[in-house]
Amino acid sequence: MSKIAVLDYGTSNLRSVAKALEFVAVGQHDILVTDQRREILNADRVVFPGQGAVGQCMKSLKDSGLDDIVRECINTKPFLGICLGLQSLMQTSDEDGGVEGLGIIPGKVVRFPDNVKDEHGDICKIPHMGWNRVNQQAPHPLWKNIEDGARFYFVHSYYVQAENDEDIAAKTNYATEFTSAVASGNIFATQFHPEKSQHAGLTLLKNFLNWEIS
Amino acid sequence: MTLAKRIIPCLDVDAGRVVKGVKFVEIRDAGDPVEVARRYDEQGADEITFLDITASSDNRDTMVHVVEEVASQVFIPLTVGGGIRTLDDIRRMLIAGADKISINTAAIKNPSFVGEASDRFGAQCIVVAIDAKCTSSGHEPRHWEIFTHGGRNATGIDAIEWAVQMEQQGAGEILLTSMDRDGTRDGFDLELTRAISEAVNIPVIASGGVGCLEHLVDGVIKGKADAVLAASIFHFGEYTVQEAKAIMSQHGIEVRI
Repeated sequence: MSKIAVLDYGTSNLRSVAKALEFVAVGQHDILVTDQRREILNADRVVFPGQGAVGQCMKSLKDSGLDDIVRECINTKPFLGICLGLQSLMQTSDEDGGVEGLGIIPGKVVRFPDNVKDEHGDICKIPHMGWNRVNQQAPHPLWKNIEDGARFYFVHSYYVQAENDEDIAAKTNYATEFTSAVASGNIFATQFHPEKSQHAGLTLLKNFLNWEIS
Repeated sequence: MTLAKRIIPCLDVDAGRVVKGVKFVEIRDAGDPVEVARRYDEQGADEITFLDITASSDNRDTMVHVVEEVASQVFIPLTVGGGIRTLDDIRRMLIAGADKISINTAAIKNPSFVGEASDRFGAQCIVVAIDAKCTSSGHEPRHWEIFTHGGRNATGIDAIEWAVQMEQQGAGEILLTSMDRDGTRDGFDLELTRAISEAVNIPVIASGGVGCLEHLVDGVIKGKADAVLAASIFHFGEYTVQEAKAIMSQHGIEVRI
């Protein structure tokens, strides 16, 4: 049975991610919510979830020493980042007065602009909360059986600006057009929450469990 | 704008059972929160809200188990409210699998509780529930106050000022219920909804008074709500969430179909 490590670095609500993975794993994979270096390094796949503020997230990650583990895992096995698990991969974030990220994907994290109006003249509220369209930018095994433009669940006030177009797996429109998923080598990372996105989300998680890196 | 407006069925749960009689056709156990939540999930609900109305604190643990059960089978956002008083109450519900926690009376007793909760768990999971009632008379411009205890106790707090204060404290969303309309089936208090929605920069869920699907449309278009919450029109099988979305879509509202 293959092992899936869900990184537990003490800040986020990991239960939702673990439950959704268990649901799609149907006995084929062991889902471990863990902060143990050895378990993470021995796992076949790694999921890096995150919620809340990026400053606290990066601090917990560094305090627990899991930042080095993340750097190691992204080169050796399929790696799925979710929400802050995406934002932490970037170089810097404007949140919490400026936070240094892991610097794995070139680019930064910025806040949605205030007082942007939509076509009805209504202000785009922040956080960006709800089901929005995810427009795929390039083919990827994780998009298998997922319609281009399918809706996923978002909840965030900051978004990623990836520097290199080839790292952008999906874009979404809200107040601006922003990067809603990145893909680079073993890494796939989403701003949206697949674990809360019903059929489309569960399909993406299943695709992750089946993703064979060539 | 491609962000969909959300439809949120709300379930009242007492000692682990759905109350106020859910009457779906062909449902085995209409009192089972898991089965009811699954039904709404299948209908395309965008989120589900559970309101714990359990009076005795002995039964509080039951809600944690309900949330655990639902969260292992239903993969859309779940909000839990009712009787949340401490950071530990929030933590337990999040660990059980809730995504958002709705705070009402505890915020009125201590507004900074919302700030503490938001700092600790993130604004994305803190919803402030506001129960408001119109207190102006005659030809005065309408104004609304916050009420507690199901609309019985006045607090003297202005609803719009309160919503702004809760946003500043770090609320990620507001669940706004008109106590004048709740249970009437006369539709949302659209003026109230719009006033609050335009006063804050966080999403507002309209609640209280839905009697037909057109009321949901009005809540979004006239009330400027980001999401609409309803209980009885869905519980009694009068309308499905799909039907609600179809009507909203016909009126040009973006919905997740």
